[in-house]
Amino acid sequence: MKYGWMAPALLALAGMAPVAQAQDAQALYLRTNAASCTACHGTDGNVAAGSPLPALAGMSREYLSTQLKAFKAGTRTATVMHQIAKGYTDAQLDQLAGYFAGVKK
Amino acid sequence: MQRRSLLQSAGALSLLGLGACATTTVPSRAQVVVIGGGYGGATAAKYVRMLSGYKIEVVLIEPNASFISCPLSNLVLGGSKQIGDITSPYAGLRSRHGVTLVEDMATSIDTAKKTVTLARGATIGYDKLIVSPGIDLRLDQVEGLAAAHASGQILHAWKAGAETVALRRQLEAMPDGGTYALSIPEAPYRCPPGPYERACQVAWYFKQAKPRSKVLILDANPDVTSKGALFKKVWAEQYRGIVEYRAQHKLTGVDARTGTLKFEVQDDVKAAVLNVIPPQRAGMIAVQAGLSNLANNRWAGVNYQTFESTAAKDVFVIGDAIQVAPAMPKSGHMANGHGKVAAAAVVAQLAGWQPNPRPMLSNTCYSFVDDRNVVHVASIHEYVDNTFKTVAGSGGLSPAPNEQEGSYALSWARNIWADTLA
Repeated sequence: MKYGWMAPALLALAGMAPVAQAQDAQALYLRTNAASCTACHGTDGNVAAGSPLPALAGMSREYLSTQLKAFKAGTRTATVMHQIAKGYTDAQLDQLAGYFAGVKK
Repeated sequence: MQRRSLLQSAGALSLLGLGACATTTVPSRAQVVVIGGGYGGATAAKYVRMLSGYKIEVVLIEPNASFISCPLSNLVLGGSKQIGDITSPYAGLRSRHGVTLVEDMATSIDTAKKTVTLARGATIGYDKLIVSPGIDLRLDQVEGLAAAHASGQILHAWKAGAETVALRRQLEAMPDGGTYALSIPEAPYRCPPGPYERACQVAWYFKQAKPRSKVLILDANPDVTSKGALFKKVWAEQYRGIVEYRAQHKLTGVDARTGTLKFEVQDDVKAAVLNVIPPQRAGMIAVQAGLSNLANNRWAGVNYQTFESTAAKDVFVIGDAIQVAPAMPKSGHMANGHGKVAAAAVVAQLAGWQPNPRPMLSNTCYSFVDDRNVVHVASIHEYVDNTFKTVAGSGGLSPAPNEQEGSYALSWARNIWADTLA
């Protein structure tokens, strides 16, 4: 396993896969923006054991998107999330929901 | 171009680093070097590894053997937490993420040669450097404070650790009926609500153990700088007769022998325990390296899209050391966010990609008003027009202290510690 990443590392950094790179850059941006959720919700949405917060990793995209928009609209009450969700456009909330839905638990 | 040899050396380095213990070998160079293992630097080190698919080698330089959290450290003063409860190991960064840990102090940066020199003499070359130096506490700005601090008589405890424990001991040793005086510097300083939470924690302790004692807050600012209405209500109700708040008290001198605080305008104050939070600037390494280039060389200027220094190429500054955009608090939560944005920018630069066009930061600061009731302030910041702006309509405060947020605050700590370190 220690050697496994070295070949792709050389390829990626030597600029041999430009199409993949454009997709990779977009993935990097989304993952970085999603990471602003993870200070509270755990790295990649995997919360610490015993946390009262839900694990976002692997949650249904539809459910997560609906709940985030409900927090934003104030139809689902919260201590903090209604204030956080108002910081994002609906499109951004959909993207974040898609990101966490795609993370393995 | 030295890319090939660089990658080879980085590969060789990882083979050594992944299995080795911290500090057994200090590499002579690395693609990414991170100075400082606090909320900013430790997060940046982990996220450069993660976001690069574990392809980019990272060396983290941190003098402390373990991570001690400033958030929750006021609860150690109050007595509901012990220092061990807020201490976490760095080992997960190595074992889970392959970060090479170097337990040493970075003493100088040569931004032209792109090297960092350590206290024990080693020099590490870098392609990208992330500097997360925290704050330099300016004891020299208050007459008599440096000597009083060195003798252990007047503590700040504004970096969690042994000093936190020592201040708790001073509070325990104080006879009932004494006064604890807390001096707060002018903003900006690390953790805007932190001093006011501290006043609550000491008052909570006094209320149980020394009910005739007082907490006197002497604030250089014109008013409480964060969660003002919430804190004032707690002081007026829960800590009635214990806490007194005085604004516009800018400290100029101390006399540890007589227990006296001296102010620019107001009368002297005497107290049994003096706790002085000094004025602050960017951590010393950033000042020495010329990175602290704004506000009379107090704070480090950065491009907010990437956190790259405005003073040196390929150097990124994060955490409390930066010149913040309006409404960006100097907090551990924000430093964790800076670390991620900077890590992504470093990964993008090394891959030849454009940086994230619209990074975002979030912040939630919880303050304990006793051992279980908590108030928060939250905000969302988006990169727009070359700065960070809070998103209109987002963020806000708790309506009142409550136990539910107490449980969320402890959960926040567990999760952000794991997000930063594990």
